[in-house]
Amino acid sequence: MSLMRKMFAPVTIAALAVSGAARAEGTVEVLHWWTSGGEAKAVGELKSAFEAQGGTWIDSPIAGGGGDAAMTALRARVVAGNPPTAVQLKGPGIQEWAEQGALNDVQGVAESENWDSVLPPVLASIMKYDGKYVAAPVNIHRVDWMWANPKLLADAGIETMPTTWDEFNAVADKLMEAGITPLAHGGQPWQDATVFEDVVLGIGGAEFYRKALVELDQEALTSDTMVASFDQLRKLRGYVDPNFPGRDWNLATAMVMRGEAAFQIMGDWAKGEFLAAGKVPGEDFLCIPTPGNGFVLNSDSFTFFKVSGEENLKGQQVLASLIMSPDFQKTFNLAKGSIPARTDVPLDEFDMCAKKSHEDLLAAIENDTLVPSMAHEMAIPRSVRGEFLDLVTEFFNSDMDSATAVKRLSDAVARAQ
Amino acid sequence: MARSPISQFSPARWLERRLPVIVVSPLFALSLFFVYGFIAWTAYISFTPSGVMPVYDFQGLAQYERLWATPRWYVAIKNLFIFSSLFIAISMAIGILLAILLDQRVRAEGLIRTVYLYPMALSFIVTGTVWKWMLNPGLGLQRLMREAGFENFTFDWLVNSHYAIYTLVIAAVWQSSGYAMALFLAGLRSVDDEILKAAAVDGSSPWKTYTSIVLPILRPVFLSTVIILAHLAIKSFDLVVALTGGGPGYATDMPATFMYAFAFQRSELGVAAASATMMLMTIIAIIVPYLYSELRKTA
Repeated sequence: MSLMRKMFAPVTIAALAVSGAARAEGTVEVLHWWTSGGEAKAVGELKSAFEAQGGTWIDSPIAGGGGDAAMTALRARVVAGNPPTAVQLKGPGIQEWAEQGALNDVQGVAESENWDSVLPPVLASIMKYDGKYVAAPVNIHRVDWMWANPKLLADAGIETMPTTWDEFNAVADKLMEAGITPLAHGGQPWQDATVFEDVVLGIGGAEFYRKALVELDQEALTSDTMVASFDQLRKLRGYVDPNFPGRDWNLATAMVMRGEAAFQIMGDWAKGEFLAAGKVPGEDFLCIPTPGNGFVLNSDSFTFFKVSGEENLKGQQVLASLIMSPDFQKTFNLAKGSIPARTDVPLDEFDMCAKKSHEDLLAAIENDTLVPSMAHEMAIPRSVRGEFLDLVTEFFNSDMDSATAVKRLSDAVARAQ
Repeated sequence: MARSPISQFSPARWLERRLPVIVVSPLFALSLFFVYGFIAWTAYISFTPSGVMPVYDFQGLAQYERLWATPRWYVAIKNLFIFSSLFIAISMAIGILLAILLDQRVRAEGLIRTVYLYPMALSFIVTGTVWKWMLNPGLGLQRLMREAGFENFTFDWLVNSHYAIYTLVIAAVWQSSGYAMALFLAGLRSVDDEILKAAAVDGSSPWKTYTSIVLPILRPVFLSTVIILAHLAIKSFDLVVALTGGGPGYATDMPATFMYAFAFQRSELGVAAASATMMLMTIIAIIVPYLYSELRKTA
């Protein structure tokens, strides 16, 4: 017994020292994988804002595998009963963890700050479990963008931007005649799926998108509209240069920048590449929504895990409030290239693409054409998303016909559910 | 006879006799737990409905049914067989050939041996990245040949779903055949010169000498080379990730990359554990009978 006491005495002292050192505004440990460039800078904004309020921030960045490594670490920490305060976690992943009983809610903060009235309803429902907020969104990325090189378009005599996929095909054919590669694309499963979901939105509209890619309705998945979407994807395959397999998305963006291809279909993180190269939106590159008059939503968020102790709970509340504060939403998104998740933040300092994105977001909320992204883990569980990615990428890289693709897709989705 | 067994007992002698067991047992316990314990855990998980987190409710073979209904798994299995059979066969053929040529008392043998062996010192990540650049039609070999005037030269296996798996074979053979050579060379050096001289006196041709005398003597070397290359082939994960990323599409997926994707990217621990168990079964099915027959012959 005395031995036990001797062993634990230093630990107790250390624990006291730590809690003594922590200040009144709480402690948070934040697990994330924003470790490069603008992302690291953006998370640095959050850290300094939190520390400015007198709290203690423990940074746990885990790079690698687009978050896979961080998720593995998270699993181990939750199993060991020592979860971080907040984790960069999004979409249905939030629900998966909530079902395991691993999350704390921050409903108190959300109610007093009235989050419901400032967040798009689609996004708010993703942040909630059982009617209570368990996560706070930091930004909104738009997935359905086309990035274009205006000089190439002018060279080929194209003046009006396509607003339907048929018009896009006409433009692309014209570019092909002029000897220009119409579409820069990186052949990685998630990029194939990004293009696919934008096509589904353009061909079927928001209502169909929601039925097929969010509700996974078998009738919609096997419908003629889905066949037509695959037909359009097959057409796009013809507009891509032969070296696309395995290419990273930023290299495809560079092709548009250097004038090797006219368009890229990619979310607004591509804008960061243009801006970093000193290009001016509207002059050196254009941002055009893909056809469909909708808005495909992608959003990063911090999810609050089940920590205990007053110090940690306090930190969690402060962090939640801070993430949703208009000031932070503005500085963070200026650094990351996205737009604020709050719809009431003025966008005066943002560029024209961000302003357009915000405008279309409000219109999409109004018209109920705001849809969550399937390819970016906002709409469906990761297991089902994986089946979509497998099928779409196989279709894109083979000569499978659209009818077969639809049949196999509906089988795969049924299997994964 | 007055000495009782008790008086015979001496701690020093007891320790001396037990020392090897005492020294080895922690290691034995550790490997028992960390290797076989986790194999058992993985096998058990494959019978549960585990998703994002492991759960321990037994549900029978559902994950295996799911696995064998997934087209991507068949691609992975087929790729494993294409890759490992070609990789082992070609590496060994090149290895033997180089070893026999080097065994002819050539000048600067040490230098040449080192040159062939050096690729082995690279990690598969480096090999994969370098070959990715060389095989990329827009950057590497194809472009070089076209710029040199051969306008119709085409070598686009890397971006062709049907042939991409063979680019993995090329890179892996480049990396490992030097190693096979070293193993065979060591074996050749251990063949008794007297036997070769006797064969020469009996008028045996060099070809006959090698095929009927030397290679059969090298049998144990074949065994170890096959085992080493086979486990490299089955483990091949880093090479796939670096060279093709599993693409185009998932055309070059292997069981190891399949398992990684399901466990860590898709939160499907159950299916991943089922695929891991299938991999283990495959290895056991191939290696055990081979080991058994070989060890019985040499014994």
